[in-house]
Amino acid sequence: MSRRKTERLLNLVICLLATHRPLSAEQIRQAVPGYDPDNDEAFQRMFERDKNELREIGIPIEVHKDPWDDDPGYRIVREAYELPEITLEHDEAAIIGLAAQVWQRASLAEAASGALLKLRAGGVRADLSPSPLELRVDTRDPAFPPLWEAVRDRRAVTFGYRRAAGESVLTRTVEPWGVVSRRGRWYVVGHDRDRGASRVFRLSRIVGAVTPIGRPGSVTVPEGVDLRAMVGYQEMGVERTALIRVRRGTCLGLRRAAQELRPGSDGWDEAELTFSDAEWLAGWIASLGSDAVVVDPPDAREAVIRRLKGALQ
Amino acid sequence: MSSDRLPRLLALVPYLMSHPGAEVPEVAELFGLSEKQLIDDLQLVWMCGLPGHTPGDLIDVSWDGGEIIIDNADTIARPLKLGVDEASALLVALRMLGELPEFKDMDVLGRVIAKLESAAGEGAATVSAQVQVEIGAAPGAHAAITDATRRRRRLSLRYYVPGRDEITPREVDPIRVVLVDGRHYLEGWCYRAEAMRMFRVDRIVEVEVLDVPADPPAEAEPMDVAEGVFRPSESDELVELEVTPMGRWVAEYYPCEEVAELGEGRLRVTLRVRDQSWLVRLALRLGENGTVVAPPSLAEQVADAARQALANYEHVA
Repeated sequence: MSRRKTERLLNLVICLLATHRPLSAEQIRQAVPGYDPDNDEAFQRMFERDKNELREIGIPIEVHKDPWDDDPGYRIVREAYELPEITLEHDEAAIIGLAAQVWQRASLAEAASGALLKLRAGGVRADLSPSPLELRVDTRDPAFPPLWEAVRDRRAVTFGYRRAAGESVLTRTVEPWGVVSRRGRWYVVGHDRDRGASRVFRLSRIVGAVTPIGRPGSVTVPEGVDLRAMVGYQEMGVERTALIRVRRGTCLGLRRAAQELRPGSDGWDEAELTFSDAEWLAGWIASLGSDAVVVDPPDAREAVIRRLKGALQ
Repeated sequence: MSSDRLPRLLALVPYLMSHPGAEVPEVAELFGLSEKQLIDDLQLVWMCGLPGHTPGDLIDVSWDGGEIIIDNADTIARPLKLGVDEASALLVALRMLGELPEFKDMDVLGRVIAKLESAAGEGAATVSAQVQVEIGAAPGAHAAITDATRRRRRLSLRYYVPGRDEITPREVDPIRVVLVDGRHYLEGWCYRAEAMRMFRVDRIVEVEVLDVPADPPAEAEPMDVAEGVFRPSESDELVELEVTPMGRWVAEYYPCEEVAELGEGRLRVTLRVRDQSWLVRLALRLGENGTVVAPPSLAEQVADAARQALANYEHVA
């Protein structure tokens, strides 16, 4: 943005805030330096663009249309523009400081620091004294910003999605209800229009662009929906117990996780381990090589053998 | 300059109004500007004002001797209200903090959230409830570690290293406790490594707070976690793996030097590996869904390890 344009916009904001009655475009043209005094069409175009830019940064411009007047009038209502008075106690200010540094990436990091700046400009003394606690949340998935916007604007989206095991990318159309980060991974929860049911999608498996479709405000989030439970449900399964033989003096991680550990006599100990996904268990036990053996159940045992044979080639 | 200049000016003027006599360097730093850029902003503001634009209408700014005094800017004396994104970004983060044991029983979070919601309007409250960051239960050691970090006490740890399947004793001077990507880490000066180290708190088997003040050497600088906690070093060995669609998670899970699509959902990933035994474990875990392509010596090691492990199943069966 050029310096002259910034100046013009700042003068426009001041002009629209200062006026008590709405001003017509022509009055604004006279009052704010920088508008073309001769070319009407050039002025109109510039004024339209300026209004849009102010709205984009969140400035509420009120438009008045009186039945007896052809030209609309414009003004900014102070109460709609201004940050309300907000006073924070010392401990409250410290917490805002901590919260503002949570986001790591462009869109939300900027939003958070913009908010902090406004609060400070409004007289809040946010405390940024170094804390031994540092909290960072990453939103590196390229699908995050458009999904945040879709949730904010209550719009449906379409995107390409590759399911865990499948290799083909299918187009999904989803009414997003929310996004949830669980164990450092982001999920979008919503209504899948093609399947006519609610679904959970992992952001890292979205391929290509997320495109908003339909009007803003067209998505209704069901009353009382529990986003976290829906994401969590994905990962749950029926718990079973596995019996694992563990070479003495090895597999410290497995021993820590075991529900029961019985010393054996032949240089091997026996561990009982609860699990819900046999393939996940098989991956872990296979990774321990010749130090751990699944005795039971047979499906987990077969899965380990299959993996080890696969690793032979 | 970029298009965020107008929003900045609309925050700068109220800041200067509410902090009369603020110093140029301190304000520049707060707004992320050089002193020259800040002066340029002040010069611009000084050219603006009420319609008429006579000297009496214009905003009055001076920065003689480095102290900024602003006057005649009453129309924009208050900052613009918070946008939905701005308020939501803070609200989501505040709700996340509420899951940490440190803040669980404190009413301060509730107070801040209420104040912010009322200042921001309805939109932000709704959006921020639809974006949630779940923090797994903090491991048992977390509270003791955070407390020791605050009080600057040395820690004695027993720490589990899964790559080598070892539990090692360490003495650590804690610098900070970090939550990155949903996991808790202790960062501190490790006397065993004689370097800064990140310890995953859930892998700390035992922790003892020593009656010794933490005294890390001057070169103990916290690392920048912006790009994640694990940053392979240039000296680590380059390993190439080919994975099937079922093994694609490797590229999501570990920082890769290179990822190439091979068609039909297969990938070739190039990783930097510090510890060969870690990679052998990864290859065994992948089984039929991954193959070490290079170096060939490592592929041999994987095959040997698989053969030895399979022998166990022949004996027992």
